[in-house]
Amino acid sequence: MPMVFLAVLDGTVTAFVLALIALGLSLVFGVMRIVNVAHGEFFMLGAVLSWFAYNWTADSVWGFVLALLIAPVIVGAIAVISERYILRKVDYNPESTIVATIGILYVIQQLTLMGFGPEARPVEAPIYFRVSFPWFGYSGYKLLVAVMSGLCLCGVWLLLKRTKLGLYMRATQQDYEIATTFGVPTKKIYASVFALGGGLAALAGVLVVPIRQADHLMGLEPLLLSFIVVIIGGLGSIRGTIIAAFLIGISDGIISVFYEPTLAKMLATLFVVMILIIKPSGLFGENQQ
Amino acid sequence: MKRKSLIYSLFLKGGVLLLLFLMQFILPTYHHSSFSKIMILASYAVGYNFLLGYTGLMSLGHAMFFASGMYSAGLSILYLGFTPLEGMVFGTVFTLTMSLIFGLFALRTSGVSFLIVTLMFGQTFYLAILYYNELTYGQDGFSLTNYLGSLVLFGEEFLYSNPVIRYNFALILLAVYLLITTIIILSPIGRILIAIRENEARTQLLGYNVFSYKLFALTFSGTLAGISGAMHALLFSYIGTTFAEIHHSISPLLWTLLGGAGTVIGPLLGTGIMYYLIDFISGITSNYLLVVGVILVLTIIWFPLGIMGTIRQRWLKWLP
Amino acid sequence: MSNKEKEKIDQQSEMNLSRRSVLGAGAAIAGAGIIGSQLIDPVAKTAYAAGSDKPIRIGFQAHRTGIGALYGRWYERTTNAAAKYINSIGGIAGRPIEIITEDDGTDPKRGADVVEKLATKHKVDFVYGTLFSHVVMGSAPRAGELKIPYFVVSEGYHVASGALNRYVFQPCITDVRSQITAVSNWIFSNLGKNVALIYPDYAFGYDHRDYASAAAAKSGAKITAKIAIPPTASSFTRYFVKIPKNTEVIYHVMVGPGVLTFVREMGEHYGTKHPKLFGFIDSLEGVNINSSGLEFLDGSHFWEAMPRYADGYPTSGSNFYRDAVGVDNTGASKSDSKDVSAYSHMFGCWETLFAIKEAVEQSGYKSKKDYKTLIETFEGFTGFNEGIAHPQGSKVFSGKTHQGYGQQFVSQVKNGKFNVVHRTSIADGMYEPETDYTKKSL
Repeated sequence: MPMVFLAVLDGTVTAFVLALIALGLSLVFGVMRIVNVAHGEFFMLGAVLSWFAYNWTADSVWGFVLALLIAPVIVGAIAVISERYILRKVDYNPESTIVATIGILYVIQQLTLMGFGPEARPVEAPIYFRVSFPWFGYSGYKLLVAVMSGLCLCGVWLLLKRTKLGLYMRATQQDYEIATTFGVPTKKIYASVFALGGGLAALAGVLVVPIRQADHLMGLEPLLLSFIVVIIGGLGSIRGTIIAAFLIGISDGIISVFYEPTLAKMLATLFVVMILIIKPSGLFGENQQ
Repeated sequence: MKRKSLIYSLFLKGGVLLLLFLMQFILPTYHHSSFSKIMILASYAVGYNFLLGYTGLMSLGHAMFFASGMYSAGLSILYLGFTPLEGMVFGTVFTLTMSLIFGLFALRTSGVSFLIVTLMFGQTFYLAILYYNELTYGQDGFSLTNYLGSLVLFGEEFLYSNPVIRYNFALILLAVYLLITTIIILSPIGRILIAIRENEARTQLLGYNVFSYKLFALTFSGTLAGISGAMHALLFSYIGTTFAEIHHSISPLLWTLLGGAGTVIGPLLGTGIMYYLIDFISGITSNYLLVVGVILVLTIIWFPLGIMGTIRQRWLKWLP
Repeated sequence: MSNKEKEKIDQQSEMNLSRRSVLGAGAAIAGAGIIGSQLIDPVAKTAYAAGSDKPIRIGFQAHRTGIGALYGRWYERTTNAAAKYINSIGGIAGRPIEIITEDDGTDPKRGADVVEKLATKHKVDFVYGTLFSHVVMGSAPRAGELKIPYFVVSEGYHVASGALNRYVFQPCITDVRSQITAVSNWIFSNLGKNVALIYPDYAFGYDHRDYASAAAAKSGAKITAKIAIPPTASSFTRYFVKIPKNTEVIYHVMVGPGVLTFVREMGEHYGTKHPKLFGFIDSLEGVNINSSGLEFLDGSHFWEAMPRYADGYPTSGSNFYRDAVGVDNTGASKSDSKDVSAYSHMFGCWETLFAIKEAVEQSGYKSKKDYKTLIETFEGFTGFNEGIAHPQGSKVFSGKTHQGYGQQFVSQVKNGKFNVVHRTSIADGMYEPETDYTKKSL
């Protein structure tokens, strides 16, 4: 029984963070119809920049605050530059974008290796407290991460539903050409969406890095998980992404407790296959034909 | 046009193969073995190109096919006492079956979803090899050196790792692949595949069963990759999870794109260039992946057709 | 360590020193200071007897990039330092040593290519320096095919298991089986008999699982749980729940970027009441023990191959070595105290180069034609004496398994540093040879 409780707890934290990361990917696909294979690297950059902030301020609280402010901005800027000078040049062709973003992945990863080093480095949590359950202790900060991610998700929802920018984004997603006709600055929207996607991933990186260390290879795992989430939830559906993130996060937690993790991952993929056979566009996805 | 294309392309292909054949007599030792490796990897790329360049389907999980051929051949030789030839046959059959079954599921999706599905299946295959490490030796891998025995040709005994054997077997494999793919591309089947690449909906409307053509392409491409894997195991003896990792799926994509997707010689050129480029760069900086990344980006922006593709577009329109 | 022991050790290193001055005629080369990235000391070269100044070329297969980059960095520094020193005392058989380094990216495929390149393009005499098991498995067969001696600095059990070929040697770093066998008894006698094993879910981890279990069976200890963790895991809380309540000792050997998280989460999970811990320094190579998140390790014990802190084994040979490779008393780089070394592994590079020197000089090796003689001579070695050439400690060498055996250390984390509490004897880590390479053909 305590094992299941721990699994649910852990799974929930994972789910929140996963939702944040996958959301970025999903937004980008929804609006721009492209897949950003370098998405995991944006997450990694958030974590690495957080380390620099922590190192520079030599204080875990100020470092955290600084990181929260600058990491999404810096990563967003990198995203905008990539979008302007690379993605636009290939005309957002789906295959070309994939190739280009793979290239960007290698570049970001290796530059980080050169600037940050091969080893993993820890970042202290801004607050450290231990929550004591009858059977085991649990990190208070992790619970805080779940709360903060939840707030971010709400923030994004508000952005999309209540602001003009969000309106433009949704319009562009529905139909690019009509949106342009109506005066939506679609080119700038593309840049904003890409920046938002990258920024969200970076934010997740900042939140997560006190839980796990920063290292230049940490982007691959979240990328693959995000892919699974986005496929199951349905490419282009925000609601689907978030629901799928919870589905995956919690079930991964529970399955890992009872089965070996490697097996659990394999099962997760088979689960995805099942979904795809029944509904190729995912749980909430739009039909792509 | 078709006949002329066939003749010209056979000439080109034949010329390149003849050149490669002759080069083995003048290449210094190190480059001799580099070429052997390049040719095997190029055959992997040729198989990949069949799917990407001609059918228009991008897969990010092809390492799964390469590795399945490699492992099924290798494990059957190791545990079941198969001879190398039997191992290769087994590897071929196994991979063919696997790609067929995979295709039946995966081709229900298309475009980006298909890509992600191939990526994930590739990862799962990799994980499966790790999970069954009691059998597969997991990440460490194993070597077939002591199990291959020797090859008897023209009354002489040769080891599979013999440089002459390596070079010529790799060359023969590549030659066969080039021949088969050229023939198929220039045949009616090939033209329908190209039609699917250009406009799938219209091809469907014209009454063709697009799904079965795509299935054929995927199975064929996967099987070619598997045979390359099995041959690699025989000639280079080491079998390990490094051949099932995602980078080994990205590699043929990179080589094909650089050389020119949708051309037959492209993959060979791309493989050779990248191999030597990495070799050369490793001598200068330890950060060759950075250069790889930059090349990927530059190629896709300025040379989306790849080297041979650009040549075909600008000068030699008859290149298949 | 008693004074008598210290004396004995110093005596031995004295012996080695004088042995070396007999060999190194041009030993008084003071100009060894001006070495940049080139390994051949131009001053030393001129002192050699005519006709013998063709360098001995050693191909160094380095993990410069990839997951092994941390180790590769320190392996390269140690290699360069050893070469510099060897050249300063006259080189190998009067010939200067030249190191040619190639990056294998910690990838088995590239490993085989690198062996090829070093052997056929650079035409080196020997190839050496690989650490990661899977790279060794991918590269060693190629060395066997090319028939070039291949010296591994890996700590894996594959050499001694007989899985490789007669050209492969691992003379100066002990293997996992030996390490575990040596320290297990100490664990069972000093920490507890109910042990939970936590290890990474691949070969290195399985070795720990299997040999620790075997040792437990022999000593009447009980393994309460065997928990395999995938190398990519970033969260470990779910695994701690699986450890039964009656566990007295947690034996952990997590490697990779998750280690600090692993320790911290273990602390969060258990709080102040926790089982004793025994870890392997592999988890913390390159990591400062005072890093945040490692507080939970205070008071716990670790296996070390060579004590990171200088006061752990202060022999004159060991001190000389530490100074030569540029490491300070806390185990960090002298020029950057944040750059912590891989101290329990890198000594293997230093010692292996000296072992090669000793083999070349004793066998009379001049060129590739003499490989057979070199290998047979090497197989005839029974061990290496402690001293500047072998600062980690004396080694026993088995010609049959091509493997070296040495002492191990158990250290305790206290007051922000590692403190040696026990030193095993070489015999503690010996096992019956499972192979005999001398019977294989070349």
